[in-house]
Amino acid sequence: MNVLQALNGSLHACMAESERVYFLGEDILDPYGGAFKVAQGLSTAYPDRVITTPVSEAGIVGLGIGMALRGLNVVVEIMFGDFIALAADQIINHAAKLRWMSEDKVRIPLVIRTPMGGGRGYGPTHSQTLEKHFLGVPGLRVLAVTTIDDPGSLLKHAILEDNDPILFIEHKLLYTKALQPLNETSEFNLEKSGERYPVYRLKVAGSPPPTLTITAYGYMAELACQALQRLAFEYEVFADLVVPTQISPFDHHLLLESLAHTNRLLTVEEGSHTHGWGAEVLARVVEALGPRLQAKRVAALDMPIPTSGPLEKTVIPDVEGIIQAAREMIS
Amino acid sequence: MTLESPPDDVTLYRQMLRIRRFEEKVLASFSSGIFYGTTHTYIGQEADAVGVLACHEEGDIVVSNHRCHGHFLAYGGSMHALAAELMGRATGVTGGRGGSQHVQWKDFYANGILGGTVPLAVGMALAEKSLNTGRVVFAFMGDGTLGEGVVYESLNMASLWSLPVLFVLENNRYAQTTPIQLHLAGEISDRFQAFAIPVAEAETVDVIEVFKLAQEAVVKVRTGEGPQALVLHTYRYGPHSKGDDTRDPEEVLKYRKRDPLQLQANRIDPDLCKRVEVEVETEVDEAFQRAQNDPLADPASLTLPLDPTP
Repeated sequence: MNVLQALNGSLHACMAESERVYFLGEDILDPYGGAFKVAQGLSTAYPDRVITTPVSEAGIVGLGIGMALRGLNVVVEIMFGDFIALAADQIINHAAKLRWMSEDKVRIPLVIRTPMGGGRGYGPTHSQTLEKHFLGVPGLRVLAVTTIDDPGSLLKHAILEDNDPILFIEHKLLYTKALQPLNETSEFNLEKSGERYPVYRLKVAGSPPPTLTITAYGYMAELACQALQRLAFEYEVFADLVVPTQISPFDHHLLLESLAHTNRLLTVEEGSHTHGWGAEVLARVVEALGPRLQAKRVAALDMPIPTSGPLEKTVIPDVEGIIQAAREMIS
Repeated sequence: MTLESPPDDVTLYRQMLRIRRFEEKVLASFSSGIFYGTTHTYIGQEADAVGVLACHEEGDIVVSNHRCHGHFLAYGGSMHALAAELMGRATGVTGGRGGSQHVQWKDFYANGILGGTVPLAVGMALAEKSLNTGRVVFAFMGDGTLGEGVVYESLNMASLWSLPVLFVLENNRYAQTTPIQLHLAGEISDRFQAFAIPVAEAETVDVIEVFKLAQEAVVKVRTGEGPQALVLHTYRYGPHSKGDDTRDPEEVLKYRKRDPLQLQANRIDPDLCKRVEVEVETEVDEAFQRAQNDPLADPASLTLPLDPTP
């Protein structure tokens, strides 16, 4: 099973389980089923609760908030993550605040799903990783899918069990990637934290104690897994990889456990370097651990994402970049 | 569904007067420093809130904006709780979190982002229609709101899906300090009609005329005819906020001469009118006094907006 199938199956399961689940988005009706096909089959199975909308990102997120305020569990698909900027006011000034402003008298069970990320040559306005602008917004939860474990259950928890607004990030390149189920992977030792939105800690199976901690989420976690193996087998550098599924609010306890042994942290993100996710992660662990920490960030260059293949590869982090950064820290 | 007669004249007058005296007290008290933040008063527009919300039934939803005091009081909100909210008291509508323009109580929702609440109103109407509750959403906007793009996305979807929402456009002729001729092209009603939303329009401060127009529109909404719009040309006597009034005093005076309260008072026995005045003034004084004696909001009452690690 791949990530796309897991997410699509989860949406079907949620809509089957609860009649209060509604799905809104652009171009989501069958046979098209959404630009990335995550909504495939939903409109056929649940024609009354799957609503194809005009091209109105702010409007449909606002409608989703209104529906959620009245007790429905709403999923809004934003076709490309880049378009989330159009809905920023609705997310920041309405979805994230209304519960708190009402002293918890109203709740907003809303999941805004959107594909982020580059790698497909879609250029400056269809390849971005914009979630960093939504990290640290009080009242908003930001989740990011990986291939590890079960992204379908992550989405199901978000839709059916959470009563607060969630920005749910799906990297485009992950859709076709095969899942790495928790119990079947022989390549990594995997540890999972107990929260609803777990943090995973991986290391290459049978490797000696790690001397470096890497942290990444989403598609970068996928690349970091590849880097972890090559670092081990080609360079004898052994690292822990910590992968959060909830990137905001950020919980760093597994990271600190790992750093207690390694004292070295490499953060990897696809968003642009300056004021990114890694900056906050580093600030948190430095506050906790003090000056003994050695740290480095891998992120996209501080420029828009170009279209041409060689240019795009230069801007967005890759496995080689992660390996190089890791080796620089160890040498 | 048949049309009903309006509430009696005294009730309508009392409701408008409650808003008027409350707002006057707010403006008069501001310099004494008893409030936190700012305010946007509703003086002059009272006939809109009272006339429209006289058509409201239990369970109906009201979505308001930054100028929400009049809507809130006409909806049935507590005058004391609103005064306490302005004063940052623990007993305020939202315990001192929201202040003047972020008010939530029962099925009443206000937020301070212009136009941002309009898609919420339409989403609520979509939910109520989907759940087949028969409830109607009253969405209040002003002329300034028409500058926001998300309003048009919302009108489109409300009409496309025939949703049970009444858009109440109160044209008070100013967006903050900017007169309508400097911020709005074309006609207000055309904006709704472009989306095939029927419009009833009036240049009036007569609460009974507003009620009748609103009732006809609400009946259509409630019986499944889809969204309707009410365009009410009005005027606010006070500044946009507290001290920011740059309008020609002559112009303000002109509109003050067609006062919605005076118009309604003329329909009532003068002695009864005076009695209502005294009662309302007492109510307002008591609400403010009680609020001032209430404890300030306790920092210990602050909670995180969501569970960080569920």
